[in-house]
Amino acid sequence: MPNEPVTDGAVRRYLLDPGELTPQTLEQTLSHAWSRACDYADVYLQHSQHESLMIEDGVVKDAAFTLEQGAGVRAALGEKTGFAYSEELSPGQLLEAARAARSIAHGDRQARLPQSSSTPPPAVCAYDNPLQELDMERKIALLREVDETARSLSGEVKKVTATLASTYEVVLVASTEGVYQTDIRPLVRLSVSVIAERDGRREVGGYGGGGRYGYSRLLEAGAPARFAEEAVRVALLNLDSQEAPAGAMTVVLGSGWPGVLLHEAIGHGLEGDAIRKGTSAFTHLMGQRVASPEVTVVDNGTLPDRRGSLRMDDEGTPTQNTVLIEDGILRGFLYDRLNARLSKTESTGNGRRESYAHQPMPRMTNTYMQAGTHSPEEILASVDHGLYAVGFNGGQVDITSGKFVFSASEAYLIKNGKIAHPVKGATLIGDGPSVLRRVSMVGDDLELDEGVGTCGKDGQQVPVGVGQPTLRVDELTVGGTRMDGG
Amino acid sequence: MVAESAPAQALRACVQQALHQARQQGATAAAASLERGEGLTVAVRLGELETVEREQDQGLSITAYFGQRRGTASSTDLREDSVARTVEAACQIARSTEEDPCNGLPDEERLAFEYPELELHHPRDLDSDEATRLALQCEDAARTDSRIVNSEGAEVRRYDGVRVLGNSLGFMGAYRRSSHDLSCCVVASDGNGAQERDYWHSTHCDWRKVQDPETVGRIAAERTVRRLGARSLSSCVAPVLFEATVARSLLGHFVGAASGRALYHEASFLLGRKDEQVWAEDIRLIERPREVGGVASAPFDAEGVETQERVVVDGGVLRGWFLGSYSARRLGLTSTGNAGGVRNLSLETQTPALSWEELLQRLGRGLVVTELMGQGVNQVTGDYSRGAAGFWVEDGAVAHPVHEITIAGSLPDMYRGIVAVGAEPDRRGSLQTGALLVDRMQIAGV
Repeated sequence: MPNEPVTDGAVRRYLLDPGELTPQTLEQTLSHAWSRACDYADVYLQHSQHESLMIEDGVVKDAAFTLEQGAGVRAALGEKTGFAYSEELSPGQLLEAARAARSIAHGDRQARLPQSSSTPPPAVCAYDNPLQELDMERKIALLREVDETARSLSGEVKKVTATLASTYEVVLVASTEGVYQTDIRPLVRLSVSVIAERDGRREVGGYGGGGRYGYSRLLEAGAPARFAEEAVRVALLNLDSQEAPAGAMTVVLGSGWPGVLLHEAIGHGLEGDAIRKGTSAFTHLMGQRVASPEVTVVDNGTLPDRRGSLRMDDEGTPTQNTVLIEDGILRGFLYDRLNARLSKTESTGNGRRESYAHQPMPRMTNTYMQAGTHSPEEILASVDHGLYAVGFNGGQVDITSGKFVFSASEAYLIKNGKIAHPVKGATLIGDGPSVLRRVSMVGDDLELDEGVGTCGKDGQQVPVGVGQPTLRVDELTVGGTRMDGG
Repeated sequence: MVAESAPAQALRACVQQALHQARQQGATAAAASLERGEGLTVAVRLGELETVEREQDQGLSITAYFGQRRGTASSTDLREDSVARTVEAACQIARSTEEDPCNGLPDEERLAFEYPELELHHPRDLDSDEATRLALQCEDAARTDSRIVNSEGAEVRRYDGVRVLGNSLGFMGAYRRSSHDLSCCVVASDGNGAQERDYWHSTHCDWRKVQDPETVGRIAAERTVRRLGARSLSSCVAPVLFEATVARSLLGHFVGAASGRALYHEASFLLGRKDEQVWAEDIRLIERPREVGGVASAPFDAEGVETQERVVVDGGVLRGWFLGSYSARRLGLTSTGNAGGVRNLSLETQTPALSWEELLQRLGRGLVVTELMGQGVNQVTGDYSRGAAGFWVEDGAVAHPVHEITIAGSLPDMYRGIVAVGAEPDRRGSLQTGALLVDRMQIAGV
């Protein structure tokens, strides 16, 4: 069987050996699922360890460990898919799941897994298990550092919560298209939330980040203190915030996490399932101008160590750097195997699933806009009156109408090219297929987010990344509470 | 007590075993819960079968206490050695985390050692062929309107689960629950390239009470077609009528702010507002967790504490919180049986509820909201700003559909500013209310 020794050892230890599974069992499972009438079948084995640890009011508690493992078996015939899963990694349960999955068709067909080594896609991260990297005392010390830093910064900080979470996941994918791939996917995240109080007014500030590495990387980068400082800064700032304006106006979006704009406004609408079904507002826009000429947007799963990165997707396809919009022209959609096959194109390595108990579908990885030529100062200076939004909570889109929202958590009013004062959080709403045409300036300061994003689609959550340089959008509707806008 | 099948007894034995092992490893107290379920989902699209999915879930969760230190571990692998490792992981975490004087099992006298049968389990022997037929009927009904040009499909789902909960105070409870769902989502076109999508969903633990396929399909089509021709609005201040389907979210924000963690963490705009006027004067909120056959009913909460009917808001005055044992101790109060959430919270009005036509008349000139988007709700301050779609109303009649707008205000003002409640509550979830008419909000558009 192919693949390199590191993943091989983990695959045997966590996925195959405990239930006495062998590559032959997987071949039998596939053969069973892959009836004469079917186009495709795959089996996905997953073992996932997760731990989380929280400090609240100075006490480290709510520590939890979760073990999730199982196998999902899928059989496809045209647009029909049969799917079944089991929590038990045993030959009997795999065959049982295969039998249920192929209920859409009948009769066995012999599947063959590759006998010679095929080159696995290059790694996007190291394979160490973050759960085993630090002992409990050092994890507690890390959380204490966050708590103490936050409290030391201001007497107005009343509440501090910090959560440390890590996952170690081992997966194996085998399919009737000759795929036999394995992967190890570590993921860590530290998030901080503070509440500050002044004269009876309370405001919240939050910050977080992480990626596909261990806790030591967070420590080396000084994350505990830096994240605490950021969270406190935002909370104190919000204590001074005034009502946000209401109505359509020029909006300058900061670099990094505000790239959630791209994820909502265009990313979801370019996913191959919605394109194939014709339910996306972008369905017939391929090759057309959907953004101003300064705008180039990609989805790139190959970036090292990023939260949204994977060396292969959950169908064993290597991830890639897919150009979605090039110089303002729509160039690409995101595909998994099923939708690629039905659309007579190739998978772009975007077939992702939350777990063995979910079916893969086209999902984003790290979605970002390439840098332009303007300095952020120049962009701000160009605006007479508008909103400067640098922190966001998240967003949502209706891919059919194209309408999307995203909610600011840190924003300022711009007056005469200068930042006037902070304003309260507000939701921004726009139209996906047209919003990027109103991008009149693209900054030279591309940044990716710190590693906090989780994307939900049809009830499935997967980690993603976003990014962008500072942007000027000439008109976007801002949902504040103050009408005059002055 | 619930009548038990042999598998349920095996699950109880597994919970007992985990509790026993925790004690053996030195835990001073422990609680364990086990859930297992099995289901079938069939989806059709454009008249063809699309997906057949068999679900089979199981999970064990164990919480171990070493004095006032706590550790939790869970696993989907229920083999004996894996259960032992899960217990060990919980104990290991408990030994190494810090003491919290509020940690511990619920007070013994609050545990539901006896509980009623709530008739939540109505299994249906529905195979994939029959489920396909129902889904096709549903989608066909939606596609009879010529403006429906595309479909995300119709879906039929059945699920049958059992929950077993035990702790080292000798509590052991179990109940079974089924759920039956039918949903349909279609796309309409105005013929000029603009498309709109909407859906309808019916759910119940008793399959006989799920809306029939034709009704679900017809409502899905109506909700979609009525959005065609939507445009934005000029920014303005106006009254806003939340349709029952979205009015439920306003109850959700209230529950969030009235829940234990938000209170002891001082992350709530309701902090210190107990016994004050928080809602309009004629509003009552009642929780009925033991409603027979209720959509979110449960005989005991996630800690085994008895659930009970109670009034949370009376005459608009806030009378109670939503607490589990831990948050109750933090606040110096007692558990309200809300560990794991709220169950059948119903908004009722002491003045007569209004029909939809009466509500539109009462609205006069303003906005009807049928969809809300985004996360723009701040639980700490009560600030509210969300994307919305719906209808503009003039002289009590719908003028045109609207989209690409936001509505903004503050939740305390919105709750006190409710001037009318609709007569037809949406009872599909744990939060149940009719439409709510709020006197004024800021609308932002073009």
